[in-house]
Amino acid sequence: MSANPAPARRWRPSPFIANPWLRYALLAGAALYLALALGSIEVNWARLSDGWARGLRFVSGFLEPNFSRRWDDIVQGMIESLTMTVTSTVMGIAISVPIGIGAARNVVPRPVYFMCRAIIAVSRSLQEIIVAILLVAMVGFGPFAGFLTLSFATIGFLSKLLAEDIEDIDPAPVEAIRATGAPWPSLIAFGVLPQVAPRLLGLSLYRLDINFRESAVVGIVGAGGIGATLNTAIDRYEFDSAAAILILIIAIVMASEYISGLVRGRVK
Amino acid sequence: MLTIAGLSKRYAKGDKALEDVSLSIPAGQVVGLIGPSGAGKSTLIRCVNRLVEPTSGSIRLGDTEITGLGGTGLRRARRRMGMIFQEYALVERLTVMENVLSGRLGYVGFWRAFLRRFPQADIDRAFAVLDRVGLLDHVDKRADQLSGGQRQRVGIARALVQEPDILLVDEPTASLDPKTSRQIMRLIVEVCAERQLAAIVNIHDVALAQMFVQRIIGLKAGRIVFDGPPDALDTAALTAIYGEEDWSRTIREAEDDAVEEAAAQDAARLVRAQATPAAVARAL
Repeated sequence: MSANPAPARRWRPSPFIANPWLRYALLAGAALYLALALGSIEVNWARLSDGWARGLRFVSGFLEPNFSRRWDDIVQGMIESLTMTVTSTVMGIAISVPIGIGAARNVVPRPVYFMCRAIIAVSRSLQEIIVAILLVAMVGFGPFAGFLTLSFATIGFLSKLLAEDIEDIDPAPVEAIRATGAPWPSLIAFGVLPQVAPRLLGLSLYRLDINFRESAVVGIVGAGGIGATLNTAIDRYEFDSAAAILILIIAIVMASEYISGLVRGRVK
Repeated sequence: MLTIAGLSKRYAKGDKALEDVSLSIPAGQVVGLIGPSGAGKSTLIRCVNRLVEPTSGSIRLGDTEITGLGGTGLRRARRRMGMIFQEYALVERLTVMENVLSGRLGYVGFWRAFLRRFPQADIDRAFAVLDRVGLLDHVDKRADQLSGGQRQRVGIARALVQEPDILLVDEPTASLDPKTSRQIMRLIVEVCAERQLAAIVNIHDVALAQMFVQRIIGLKAGRIVFDGPPDALDTAALTAIYGEEDWSRTIREAEDDAVEEAAAQDAARLVRAQATPAAVARAL
């Protein structure tokens, strides 16, 4: 509106990398690497056309899944898998909560913190399949190896996320409860746990879900459960039975997703 | 009740938060601690219950030397000191009753606390203080469902249920509206009188402090620069505490407020006196 508008002052956000030469060199380098990497992938077109047919058979198995041929095996495998899932999740949570508290920088002394972080690092760096192979070798084939594997994997997952959550809590109530002369365990029970309870519940339900899916994977390397049944079906080219098993797994994962959504909605 | 001598606090970065602070507070006296932001008010009251570790000096509560206490001894000393916070510092997801009972955690074993099986005596104490602060209707509500004034009442109840000898109060009204602020300050001063509690109240609002407390201590850059009754707080004193500014309006408003407040308190006392014989005894 003013008669003499001030000359427009230019403004642009400052770039992430200040030096333009470095900025464009990095971009060009990334593009070049991507092109070379794509070029280095060798594609065997003959093998691909063979596999295409086999893949189609697998997919067509889904169109007519066969629940009856291996029904007894499937029921047996499912029961094993569900047992493995529930027991390993409960065991994993029981171990994860103390370790998670110990791995939160703001509530424990430094040495405890480093020890718990080390346990988490070990648990997280070993992938489930590797742990399962090791444990099958140690305790033999069957669901017990699966139970141990999933419990171990749960610790790395749950403790880490719980610890990070505890590190983000509001420090004021903790200070207030410390000021009442409360001993350390009561301080945790009143000042810390209520603040992370909804998230702990959500993570536990999510882990239950993951453990069920993983139980199918660790079964393939001999740790029992529905994975073992699935492995047998695929080995014998019974794709219709394999499809039936996969459909059941999907159904159970979806059901647990739905239930955990309901529970989390109620607890706020 | 509380005697502080030569208290100094230097933070790791080298900032001097407190320098050679000495003061003594008898039972039943409410002291308003005023001073600009960063003057060390918060540090001072946190040194008393050792949420902040003092660098040197002595703090005595009754016969107990607080500095140098470790572990169990420190927890025992903290049980005798109730603390009230600026943003209430309640555990939002716990109920009013659980928040109040957390004031008894220094006396109750972990499993009893964890399972919420508090001794009946503690539950009786909790109901009594909830009655005193006027929250009996909200016992099972979650703390995050309350208004600011109600939350601060829960904070006061949590401190009182400890049955402390002293209250450490950190900016109790900083997040409250003016009317609620007065109600909360009045409540704090009243319970201190009823229970003969010494109290240190950190407060930004000079007029509000003058209205309620019996003694004012002014802190500037970690040193005590004023210590006297509220009416001795004149332009010169405020300039010494906060620096050069036109203080005439602050002081005059405070005087007006004080007159109003006195009238309000008289009226309230009358109403209560008519209500119960116990209140008559208290008012007289």
